[in-house]
Amino acid sequence: MASSTARKTVTFGEGGMTLVFAVMAVLCLVAALKAHDLPFAFHAYLSAAASVLAVFMIVISYQRRPSEPIPAEVDGKPNYNFGPVKFATVAAMVWGIAGFLVGLYAALELAWPAFNLDLPWTNFGRIRPLHTSAVIFAFGGNALLATSLYVVQRSCRVRLAGRIAPWFVVLGYNFFIVIAGTGYLLGVTQSKEYAEPEWYADLWLTIVWVAYLLVYLVTLMKRKESHIFVANWFYLAFIITIAVLHLGNNATLPVSPWGSKSYIVWGGVQDAMFQWWYGHNAVGFFLTAGFLGIMYYFVPKRADRPIYSYRLSIVHFWSLIFLYIWAGPHHLHYTALPDWAQTLGMTFSVMLWMPSWGGMINGLMTLSGAWDKLRTDPVLRMLVVSVAFYGMSTFEGPMMSIKAVNSLSHYTDWTIGHVHSGALGWVGFISFGAIYCLVPWLWHKRQLYSLKAVNWHFWISTIGIVLYISAMWVSGILQGLMWRAYNSLGFLEYSFIETVEAMHPFYVIRALGGLLFVTGSLVMAWNLWMTVRSGEPEAVPARPALQPAE
Amino acid sequence: MSLFSRHQILERNSILLVVAILIVVLIGGIVEIVPLFYLKSTIEKVEGMRPYTPLELAGRNIYVREGCYLCHSQMIRPLRDEVERYGHYSLAAESMYDHPFQWGSKRTGPDLARVGGKYSDEWHVTHLANPRSIVPQSVMPGYPFLAKAVVDPDQIAADMRTLRKIGVPYTGDDEKNVAADLAAQANPDDPDVAALQKRYPKAVARAFDGNPGNVTEMDALVAYLQMLGTLVDLKLYDDKADLR
Repeated sequence: MASSTARKTVTFGEGGMTLVFAVMAVLCLVAALKAHDLPFAFHAYLSAAASVLAVFMIVISYQRRPSEPIPAEVDGKPNYNFGPVKFATVAAMVWGIAGFLVGLYAALELAWPAFNLDLPWTNFGRIRPLHTSAVIFAFGGNALLATSLYVVQRSCRVRLAGRIAPWFVVLGYNFFIVIAGTGYLLGVTQSKEYAEPEWYADLWLTIVWVAYLLVYLVTLMKRKESHIFVANWFYLAFIITIAVLHLGNNATLPVSPWGSKSYIVWGGVQDAMFQWWYGHNAVGFFLTAGFLGIMYYFVPKRADRPIYSYRLSIVHFWSLIFLYIWAGPHHLHYTALPDWAQTLGMTFSVMLWMPSWGGMINGLMTLSGAWDKLRTDPVLRMLVVSVAFYGMSTFEGPMMSIKAVNSLSHYTDWTIGHVHSGALGWVGFISFGAIYCLVPWLWHKRQLYSLKAVNWHFWISTIGIVLYISAMWVSGILQGLMWRAYNSLGFLEYSFIETVEAMHPFYVIRALGGLLFVTGSLVMAWNLWMTVRSGEPEAVPARPALQPAE
Repeated sequence: MSLFSRHQILERNSILLVVAILIVVLIGGIVEIVPLFYLKSTIEKVEGMRPYTPLELAGRNIYVREGCYLCHSQMIRPLRDEVERYGHYSLAAESMYDHPFQWGSKRTGPDLARVGGKYSDEWHVTHLANPRSIVPQSVMPGYPFLAKAVVDPDQIAADMRTLRKIGVPYTGDDEKNVAADLAAQANPDDPDVAALQKRYPKAVARAFDGNPGNVTEMDALVAYLQMLGTLVDLKLYDDKADLR
């Protein structure tokens, strides 16, 4: 074999991608010069610079790589590709802290409006989408990318498909985050909640997402295991459904190919239905199905127990993804959306309680026989408490979707509290737990630098969450009741501004809760940094001394 | 073979799994969304709806840009307290030309669906620049920068062309007169006011920001706020028409 002397050739992927990015760079430069508005010009320059950088990165990676193809196995073990996983893990942590800080700032703005500074780019209306996108798509999205690309390799016992493609997915996704986030501050928005990025960012995300699906699917197809592991079903449902939702809710017509503004083709009531079909399933598939994928891999792994019930996983999976899609109209109760759609939305939302709790039971019961570990392992505790928060908010959600309850809770802070018990408790904690597992695995360390610090993180953040959600329950129910209060003469008892004034103490408590949550995440970042820098290296598995056969 | 062992077929075949997931997640959306496009009862028949004037459209785009929808709903629910506080409950027809809809999901501030005509222009201009100068307990951000920014007629003309392509009934006549309509609505003494009101019935022409000279973003936003909820004649609306 002459493999060591094989001439290095440019692969189709390398050549093609270099060409594509070179063309992109030129196109973006043209767009920047022709731009109708400043934010578009800024984004076009940014994209041109990123394309040039991409070309350089491909060239350098070509120079550095050996001439022969990357072996699928090394020493009889799959030669996993953890580079993109590492990147996404770090990105999740960095974006997470940034997103929590922006959230804290938004909370301060509501408590003390002087924080708005009366400037365009710092007012609450622009900061709020920055916060929601940063935590959902930047923090949550990178946590999903990292864990899904890790789990699919480990559970299929095969290296990730493609060499450039996984990097394209991870870097391209984070570039989308940069464009979206800077856009919000500059006033570039579609005003569709959780789908605010404008048409060109949406287009870019579509390309990245298709690449993500392909990388994931091709890796699944080359698997060495006969069965696809349950966590992958959830990740797959997340990737596919988010693609469908993204396309449906972002059907826009740009005003000009050289400007940032576009108009959605749906209008009025149909647009409302599209929006909440998307909006609720961003919760259902991004923040639930994806993170259930994390639960199904990391909880059994950390507890060192098998998943409680295989049959329950099947029932959980199919009923969850079937029912979730219907739940959107509960965001539109008593609005101008036709009643039949509202009733369908409510009915399916209530039914959704069952698969949600089925999933929770499957996660929690996985600890059967290992409950004692909760005392000694704060990472496992974080994972388990996240599942408990999942159970709590998936009970609260169906309850709030009942029209009678919704007539009180809608438009109030109760919704904000509900979202945060899910977002901080479930999504936040399961991601933290997974990252605490991943970092030592990826950087080959025996364990985390400090389990004590994890314990501190857990308690600081838990107290933060409790402060946050109880403040929002009280302010939400209080405001809802004040809006509908009548005095003895039959007049409305409170003017609107009196209800705003009554919120102030709770907004302060909420900001305090947020501060604690941020503090916890800083402890985590320090702990991870120390783990990578000075953690004890993983013991190299000693080869068993070979005994001569007798 | 039980159902659970049949499931192994999907667990062993990734493409089949993808197809199955796709079918299962498409059903709900199709059932809930598609009928909204053909059931006639979805959007009521009303008198008075028209597309936004160029100035109102500019104002609406500022409303979108600044994320006003994050704290203000434009959707009055048919509940006793809301109808008494804000006025007649909102109709689907009232947002039929809204791309995107602005119903909102949170009321940190009050609903704005029928705010038009409730306060004076001066009130809005002062309040937008510094909300706490009028409502001391308010937590709304100040928008003093709107008074300095000028509205670009070319951008609004392009916006209207785009909206026309996606079904908003602007006419060629509307498109030709964007600059004139824009200037006329911000200046009550402009000779084109009558033409503007012919094209856009019930359009109100005033010096919204107190200065009839240049058309600022403040003019636009106040013009938009002052028309909200004023178009449909609710006395003529038959709320029993769609009952069966």
